[in-house]
Amino acid sequence: MIETSAFTQPDQDQAPVTDAGPVVVFRNVTIAFDGPPVLDDVSFSIAPGETRILLGPAGVGKSVLLKLVNGLLRPDQGSILLFGEEISHMPEQKLFPLRTRVGMVFQEGALFDSLSVRDNVAYQLIQEQVPDEEIDQRVRDALRFVELEETFDLFPASLSGGMRRRVAIARALIRTPELLLYDSPTGGLDPLTSTTIIELIVKERDVYHTPSLLVTHRLQDALLLCNHRFDPEQGRMVPLPKGQTDPGTTFLMLENGRLIFDGSLHELVKSKNPFVREFLE
Amino acid sequence: MAIQTIEKTAKNLVLTVQDYSLFAWRAFTNLYRPPIYWPEFLVQADIIGFGSISIVVLTGLSTGGVLALQSSATLAQFGATAITGQFVSLTMIRELGPILTGVMVSGRNASSMASELGSMVVTEQIDAMRALGVDPLRKLVTPRIAATITMLFFLTIVSDACGIAGGGLVTVFMNHQNGTQYLNMAWEHLRVPDIIQGLVKPLFFGYILSSIGCFYGMRTTGGTQGVGRSTIQAVVWASVLIIFVDFLLTQVLLTLFPPI
Repeated sequence: MIETSAFTQPDQDQAPVTDAGPVVVFRNVTIAFDGPPVLDDVSFSIAPGETRILLGPAGVGKSVLLKLVNGLLRPDQGSILLFGEEISHMPEQKLFPLRTRVGMVFQEGALFDSLSVRDNVAYQLIQEQVPDEEIDQRVRDALRFVELEETFDLFPASLSGGMRRRVAIARALIRTPELLLYDSPTGGLDPLTSTTIIELIVKERDVYHTPSLLVTHRLQDALLLCNHRFDPEQGRMVPLPKGQTDPGTTFLMLENGRLIFDGSLHELVKSKNPFVREFLE
Repeated sequence: MAIQTIEKTAKNLVLTVQDYSLFAWRAFTNLYRPPIYWPEFLVQADIIGFGSISIVVLTGLSTGGVLALQSSATLAQFGATAITGQFVSLTMIRELGPILTGVMVSGRNASSMASELGSMVVTEQIDAMRALGVDPLRKLVTPRIAATITMLFFLTIVSDACGIAGGGLVTVFMNHQNGTQYLNMAWEHLRVPDIIQGLVKPLFFGYILSSIGCFYGMRTTGGTQGVGRSTIQAVVWASVLIIFVDFLLTQVLLTLFPPI
């Protein structure tokens, strides 16, 4: 069971999303690395409060797309708007402040192995020279959210794969991001740990309503996200009534770098696209 | 097929030079722009400076000793063994101290920088840092460059001193010459331009070895094998460039401070 403590108070210095427009917009984005395009003419958007699940088998460019969202990669063609700002040609120095408004969970966690869990989770706060007492408190709250408070003083090397992902989620959440990016958060984990991670994501979605983009090749995780809600009274994820899905959770699907599906779970299961059918079956 | 390979290699070389120039320029300008990460600078200064003392002391002592052995044998033919001290001190201070320290420290630290940063790249820690709104160039590269330049300067002085001491030990205990005479000759014929020459070089060498180490580390691709490749390339190119730049610097410094 996951605790429901609201660890995150809105940051005083963090600019809130004032416009009601999409948080992310991709327009005809194409990118290639020494060969055929990895992403070809991809267009979609993420609305405030929306959770988008990007499905597709390994190697279709899902992680590349995620890195394009916060400017870690630059597209060859097309435009990307993040919080209403065009970032495809934005200088790196101007991107840093924008990125502090985005929380990103990397495939293997990407924790800094020379830093303790406390310093990993508090990384942004340390850079902002937040007082130590406040850092400790916020880190403990964030770790409580992912049920890993006891790892405060440990180093990443002594954590299991699932624990690393959960610490990475705590690191992504500590500054109350306005957008969350999850890169295969359950990849390589056992089913039980995967469910724990998905439960955390559902909890984040239903408690804080942060718009997010989640990349996965595991259909069962996507369905779990779509068919469940977080119950604050029970403090855990519960299934939605049969036939109901979370209205704010929608799907994208990539095949060979092209976006072949954009819609709800209902539309996904009704899709006639042979690739979608094959993936679902 | 062969022409295509040559063309590809040439393009890669030009691209690498271009990337390195941009990287080195950005890293250089960051030295003067805030934020400056002082804690990282101090950590790196400790690793690079104090961590390298043992190899620098050993290299300096051995080189000075060898110089004394070789030179006294040659100088004895002209009855000029008395100038062994002058020969050792000038050679160490103007040339061998800076270049040997540069090459030894590049073997130890350019490789460690390339492997450390390379491992961070392949485990996405560098991307994570960028995603957290922190510039890895400022946070990781600039402190390493600043620390290497600073510490190589002092390590070169240590190496020079050890070289002269090593030469003195060989002169006294193996060549059975007068130690006071050795030290007098070593000191009296030393001019300020000689010292300037010897202390300008480590500033350039420090910049070269650290920027090359960080450059190859930051552009690592291909997993753990890639880290190994980057480490080799960093050590090879840092050493080659140090020797080449030493030649150019010597030319310039000899023009500025002509020998009497």
